[in-house]
Formats: sequence, C-alpha cells, structure tokens
Amino acid sequence: MLCVIERLVVTLFLLHVATANAELSIEIIGAGENQTPIAIVPFEGDEKLSQTIREVVIGDLLRSGLFRMIDTEGRSPRSPSEVSYPDWQARGAEALAIGTVAAQPNRRIEARFRLLDVVKQTELAGQAVSASEGQIRAVGHRIADLIYEKLTGDKGVFSTRITYVNREGKHYRLVVADSDGYNEQTVLSQNQPIMSPAWSPDGSHLAYVSFETGHAVVYIQSLYTNQRKLLAGYSGTNSAPAWSPDGKQLAIVMTRDGSSQIYLIRPDGSDIRRITFSGVIDTEPNFSPDGQSLLFISDRGGSPQIYRMPAKGGAAERMTFGEGANFSPRYSPDSRSFVFTHRISGKFYIAMQDFQTGQMELLTEGGWEKKPSFAPNGKLIMFASEARERGILATVSSDGRVKQRMFTLSGDAREPVWGP
Amino acid sequence: MKKLLISILLANLLAACASQKPVEPEAAAPEPAPAPVAEAPAPEPALAPVVEVDPLNDPNSLLAKRSTYYPFDVSVVQEADKPIVQAHAKYLSEHPNRKVRLEGNCDERGSNEYNLGLGNRRANGVKQMLLLGGARESQIETVSYGEEKPRCTDHNEACWKQNRRTDIRY
Repeated sequence: MLCVIERLVVTLFLLHVATANAELSIEIIGAGENQTPIAIVPFEGDEKLSQTIREVVIGDLLRSGLFRMIDTEGRSPRSPSEVSYPDWQARGAEALAIGTVAAQPNRRIEARFRLLDVVKQTELAGQAVSASEGQIRAVGHRIADLIYEKLTGDKGVFSTRITYVNREGKHYRLVVADSDGYNEQTVLSQNQPIMSPAWSPDGSHLAYVSFETGHAVVYIQSLYTNQRKLLAGYSGTNSAPAWSPDGKQLAIVMTRDGSSQIYLIRPDGSDIRRITFSGVIDTEPNFSPDGQSLLFISDRGGSPQIYRMPAKGGAAERMTFGEGANFSPRYSPDSRSFVFTHRISGKFYIAMQDFQTGQMELLTEGGWEKKPSFAPNGKLIMFASEARERGILATVSSDGRVKQRMFTLSGDAREPVWGP
Repeated sequence: MKKLLISILLANLLAACASQKPVEPEAAAPEPAPAPVAEAPAPEPALAPVVEVDPLNDPNSLLAKRSTYYPFDVSVVQEADKPIVQAHAKYLSEHPNRKVRLEGNCDERGSNEYNLGLGNRRANGVKQMLLLGGARESQIETVSYGEEKPRCTDHNEACWKQNRRTDIRY
C-alpha cells in the first residue's frame, strides 16, 4: 500500500513541519500540467518569528501542485530596486516574491510583500497584511492566496477552513482546522459517534449528526459562541444535513415516517416539509449552487445511485448508471459537474461526472476513499482516505493530477468537508 | 531540525517499502475452531425445578439468540433467523410489560448515511415480524447505528458479516 508512492511518483515532496505542540505531515504526489517557477525570497525580519511566514507560503504553493520553487541562495532583495531580473531569469524563475516582516505595537505583526513578474520585469501585486502574533500562519495563507490568484487567475483557498471527525477508539471529536490541517480546534468531543458535518454558507455554523442521545439527531452549533441547538431529534434517525446556499433552510433526512426520506427544515427547526416519497432510502441531499436543485442518493432503482430533483420537491431524474454503486454527491461550485463516491469491485473511488456529457471520470486509484467535497474555488477536492492503517484526509486536484495526503496528529480522520 | 525530520521520515518510508516487499503473503491465520452451534437440542434436565424461570433467561431457548444477520445490502430477515424473531414475537405477546430496542447495524461498504438508512430498514424488518407475531407497537423501539458502531473493524468479510445485523435488546 505504502509503495503506491513509488509507482506514482512524478514528483514527491515531503513537507514535515514541526510546530510547538503538534506534528502533522503532508505528502504531495504528482504535479500540475503547468508549474510556474517562483522564487520566494526570505522576508526581512521573518526569521525572528516563531515560525516563518515564508515557510507557510511555500508549503501552500507546493501543495497546490501548480508551482515549482526556485533556489534563492545568496540573494535577498528587499525592494524592487534591489532586484536583478537577469539573475532571476538565469535561475529559471518566472515570478519572484520579496518582502519584509515587522513587529508592530499591540503584539501585532505586519508583512509587506511584492510579487514581481521576472519575465516582464514588472510588479504584479503588492500588499501589506497584518495580524496578531498568534496568526502568523494566517498571514502566510493570505500571501499565498494573493500569489496564487495573480499567477493562476483562480481564487486561492489557503485561507479557508475544513472540518472533519476525528475518531480514537470510541472517542469522537468534531474538528475545525485550517485547510492545511493546522490550527486544529475541537468543536465537540464525546464518546458517541459524530457524523456528516455540514458548513453553513457563511462558515459561522456547523450542522452535524450526533448519537449522544442514543440515536442519530441533528444539531446546529455556532463556531463563534459554541452554543448549539437541536435541529431535529424525532424518533428514528435524523441525519444528512445540507444547507441551502442562502442559509435559510436545510435539507435533512429523517425516518420518522418509515424509511429514510428527505425533508426541508428552517435552521430554527420550524416549517418541516417532506420532499421525497419513495418509501425506499433517499439520503445525502446536496443543494446546487443556485439553490434550485438537489442531488441525492436513492436505492429506488435497486442499488444506491445518484438522482437530481427540484429543491422544492418534484420528479427525480437518475444521474448515474452503469455498474457499481454511487454515494455522497456534491455539486461543483460552477454547477457543471458533481463529485461522488463510486464503489465497484469492492473498492471505493472518488469520481466526477460532467452534467452535460454524463461522462464519469475516476480521480483516484481506489481503496477506502469516501465523502468528497470541493474547495470553494472548485480546483481541489478533499476526501477521506486510508493509509498506514489510519483514516487520513486527502485531496486531489479536479484534473486528477495532483494528490495530497494529510496525516493528522492522531486517530482516524473521517468525513472531511471543505468550508468557506 | 526540518532536514532531520525529513530524513527520518524518508528513512521510515523507505524502510516500510523495503520491508514490505519480501514479506510473505500474510500467513493464513489458522481457522478459528468452529464456534459451538447451540442448535442441538439440549439434554432434558433430569428433574425440572418447579421454580418458574423467565424463558428469556434460559440459555437453551431461542430467546437467548438476540441477533439477526444479513447478506450485503439486504434488509429482510433471513430464513435461518426467522425462528429467532418469531420466538421473540411470541415472548413479547405473552409479556406485554417487556420492551425491546431493535438496533440495526451495517458493514462499512457504503456511505455512512446510506448505511444509517439500511440499518433502519433492517431494524424495521425485524419490527414488522415482531408485530406480525403478536408484539405490540408500544413494546418496540427501533434505532439505526449504520456503520458507526461496528463489532469488528477489519476490512474483510469475516468482519463485515458480524456487523450486518440487527440486535434485539430487552
């Protein structure tokens, strides 16, 4: 299993970054079709911080698979006037980032950086980013986002967050972390299963399934106040929460009328409306970005497959055919495709299907790969995987070329969802 | 520090790869001795004590069996398990004060949300049979754990078949 790496290696970077209290490791396999060679010069004053901003920026850019780092040895320009473009051209760089970091009053730091086009010898971007001392990583992510946006034309996602469930034996924790797995914060900790976390569109709340009362019920919890309230605790199971894009309602699944059926409910628990009436298993609803449609799975055709229906209810249309079973669908942010878990011949794959062509494409090699979700920019997909007998978080680029495996601190990481 | 960590990691990785190759295909674990099947009619006790025993506590009764098992992605009670469920139905109809909780479980080969639905369907299948056999609605509670509370956690059929079950708990 481990030696899959040997087979796949196009490029293998191992980033192993130690922080004060935690060790988390990330492996990157593969490379984007076009990698931009970039030099990130050590920022003046950066070395005085507990962790350098440059290290965070480089880690972010490498994880995207779209950049190649150019050696900066012996050169440390601080301002555009100190930059010798021919020198950087000779080193093969197309872009160059330079900057300074300075301590400010009130225990804050300010990083000023400039992104230069080495070929055209022009400045592409310049910005000052300030934050409290405890948010060095956030400053790095912000700078990496700006570099990514300028050089790829797509929005960066390094400043976004993820949520996942951590399981150690019978102990479960609902965790929120930065998109690179750092800055882990426990939202809920208990000795009963936690399932299916779902971000509210503004990132302020999580809905999730908890078994703490002995059966599956849905809670909504504020990430600011940590206060939570029961959304649905009817007899039977209450599960699979999915927020509408405007945050004004959720689709959930309940068995209170018999089998698993999909209902709409307001975030305060009111105005419950049943929208599927199949009598079989209908579950895992996911709203389209415009809020008009739902993807969900149903075994009405004999095996679990993906269907689409109007969000207000109505006739469902089957989306997946062919051998195998399909689970956990999610719309891409541009609504052109959806990702899902594909099971065939005893293996689970992350797959993507284009709405227009109906073509399914496998993005992974197969194994225990489940629950994909898109990064807000649609360029990366995070999912649950397994390696070295642990549940881990993994990402794959939407073109399938760049893969990343994230080993969290301990236990099994499950059910990741990329947040805003 | 970072270099050291990387080299340790790399060393571990290579060691793991290197050590993996020569390893023999996992030596077939010795077949566990077949579990004693409790089907055989129990020898008649020589002299039955006159004290009335709740048949629920009789280890030789069908009522001692508290689980039904299923093939993959199936939720109907299998022929082999029907006598068990029927025995519990009879007991419940004769003991209206007793209550059961039916807990549906699944193996891990689905999404956990689908399995929550499947576990619910398994528990409901047992419930319907209990009702048909004379138990009352008020005596029965169903719950699904899906794949969330596996009895066994390996990725193989020996394990999965133990997890595809409905437990009848008094």
